[in-house]
Amino acid sequence: MSANGWLQIAFYFIVLVLLTRPLGGFLFRVFEGQRTLLSPVLGPVERGFYRLAGVDAKQDQSWISYTGALLAFNACGFLLLYLILRLQNFLPLNPQDLAGVSPHLAFNTAVSFVTNTNWQSYGGETTLSYFSQIIGLTTQNFVSAATGIGVALALTRGLARRKASGIGNFWVDLTRAVLYVLLPLALLSALLLVALGVPQNFSAYTEATTLEGAKQIIAQGPVASQLAIKQLGSNGGGFFNVNSAHPFENPSALTNFIESLFLILIAAALTNTFGRMVKDERQGWALFGAMALLLAAGTAAIYAAESSPNPAIAPMGVEGPNLEGKETRFGVSQSAIWAAATTAASNGSVNTMHDSLNPLSGLVTMVNMQLGESIFGGVGAGLYGMLVYALLSVFIAGLMVGRTPEYLGKKIEAREMKFVMLAILCIPTVLLGFTAYASVSPTMLGGLNNAGPHGFSEILYAFTSAAGNNGSAFAGLTANAPLWNTLLGITMLVGRFAMIVPLLAVAGSLAAKNVIPPSPGTFPTNNGLFVGLLIAIVLIVGGLTFFPALALGPIVEHLAMLAGQTF
Amino acid sequence: MLNHLRPALILLIGFSLLTGAVYPLAVTGIAQLAAPEQAAGSLINVNGSVIGSALIGQPFVAEKYFHGRPSAAGTGYDAGASSGSNLGPTSAKLHGQIKERLVALQASNPGVAVPGELVYASASGLDPDVSPAAAAFQIPRVAKARGLSAEQLQTLIDQNTGHRALGFLGEPTVNVLLLNRALDAFKP
Repeated sequence: MSANGWLQIAFYFIVLVLLTRPLGGFLFRVFEGQRTLLSPVLGPVERGFYRLAGVDAKQDQSWISYTGALLAFNACGFLLLYLILRLQNFLPLNPQDLAGVSPHLAFNTAVSFVTNTNWQSYGGETTLSYFSQIIGLTTQNFVSAATGIGVALALTRGLARRKASGIGNFWVDLTRAVLYVLLPLALLSALLLVALGVPQNFSAYTEATTLEGAKQIIAQGPVASQLAIKQLGSNGGGFFNVNSAHPFENPSALTNFIESLFLILIAAALTNTFGRMVKDERQGWALFGAMALLLAAGTAAIYAAESSPNPAIAPMGVEGPNLEGKETRFGVSQSAIWAAATTAASNGSVNTMHDSLNPLSGLVTMVNMQLGESIFGGVGAGLYGMLVYALLSVFIAGLMVGRTPEYLGKKIEAREMKFVMLAILCIPTVLLGFTAYASVSPTMLGGLNNAGPHGFSEILYAFTSAAGNNGSAFAGLTANAPLWNTLLGITMLVGRFAMIVPLLAVAGSLAAKNVIPPSPGTFPTNNGLFVGLLIAIVLIVGGLTFFPALALGPIVEHLAMLAGQTF
Repeated sequence: MLNHLRPALILLIGFSLLTGAVYPLAVTGIAQLAAPEQAAGSLINVNGSVIGSALIGQPFVAEKYFHGRPSAAGTGYDAGASSGSNLGPTSAKLHGQIKERLVALQASNPGVAVPGELVYASASGLDPDVSPAAAAFQIPRVAKARGLSAEQLQTLIDQNTGHRALGFLGEPTVNVLLLNRALDAFKP
């Protein structure tokens, strides 16, 4: 650990805090339908889309109609992407003549990108044509992020509105999120990244003759355009196999800082948008505070763990920390920031091979995901993930003092709590269930790259990542096999839609309620006490569920490492 | 559900065209005009043939060159199949690999602790850099093979050291390919 390392971490959080409010305000204006700088250019495009699609932008949808629209759109997106992947060998922009993708991999990948997970059972440069990468994947990077934003907005409207029957219009939320937010930000950051060295072309792979006279084939492609949105949209699917560790996806410490900031930026800003929508920005800062404190703790823990040398390797005469799976230009501090942020924010892109992290860092990355991807979380998904915990917190606080729990003036009753618990319970069920099955299935164990407790961690990490719609991996695991692809695909679907559907139901039920004016007995949810309670609930409910499994993986491995044991 | 089908299909097609085609093509067009070298992958041309990319590491085995980090991409520095080793800290295989790598390194520079980058494989398998300390560690071997003094090599390393971004982000780096080119130009 060094002062410079801590300075880099502090700088990251300072910039994040400074950008949250201005961007949150912009998002608020966009989703309230107010005019913004971009309206003169994009307004006609927006209205053109509505006209072609037959959408009445002023028509609010009930929660059932909103959910139906969302599911229909996602189902169509899945089918289109599945077909593109299967048929890529018949489609244009395939200079390397890559074959069509196998059915189980196409299923897994299509689910993965539609659910904003971006788990990758394949290596990009060896598997996917440029057509699949742009028309297939880049499109889903935009619309899956926009879907998440939509759900967060709908839930927020449920809290903000009084005796309303509607929670917004899915088509409008989707279109505005893509047109006014994701597309302009992606365009700007893609161009910035190209200027800083990220390639953007449709050339065939370059054949170079190295200084020592060997042949080197250098993969190319439209990297910057996909990279920009995979960071901004909390998607995380790399253009190349090693994602943002690849020097083409992340050429320098400066690009690294920008990319690691972008992966969390919109999720952070949405907390402010939330505050503005419920007419009390401090409510947004309370959520932001809980998220930022948890992220800071995780980052510090990973930085500390990664700074300590491997006790079995240092005595051999090796200097410095564990650099296996790290890039020289980033060093330990930038690697730690990214590892913490990408697992907290449900992004899943990596600049470091998580499989090679020290056990305690691996533990933190898994805990980040297991807390329901609520620490900033995916674009939109993090906000609704944290709101689930906020509802649970006021419910538990209400039980403690014997009052009907309220949040933002809305009574939280049995119906809402049932849906909240459904959302909270579905994820551990598939995550732990499939992990247990994979641990005893000889077929699935064949995919492991490491033995002993680290092998178990590879399994646990895979299902954790899929259930949290994160997408990062202990990438030594060879998941491109029918059973792995199928079970991970199912996990991603449950992780996404078993959250979204109950939460939209909560949104509908809250929207219909009246607001109770605050009284002396009201538990305020915009102060430090609430932030503390919220963090405690997140850690207890989210964390304890998984503690036994974590004990079998990273915790045992840490003890084995200290004892000098190898597997 | 059926009444949602029309907007679902139209918007999916619309966004596929806009974000899947227009957006990447627009970025490509602007990039080719404004930053053609970066857009093409920062390739290094010598007499009309490509010898590599300034961003992508290459394998070096000759004594007279500085070496990069161990690579798990294909058979080493396969820039068509990036990969890390993905071996965990308690992997017996990793410990074995490190012991093997240390033998050669310690033979060429006995008694000096080996900088971590030279025994730990990079994340991408294509890391173009090593730390200034890892480059300096190799001076005795390169000096012997080239007949150059340690001071001359240290000067070359210093000239090819990239500093932290904004003065504090990331780590100082030495690009091995660029250093070796400078070395060849200095004394072939």
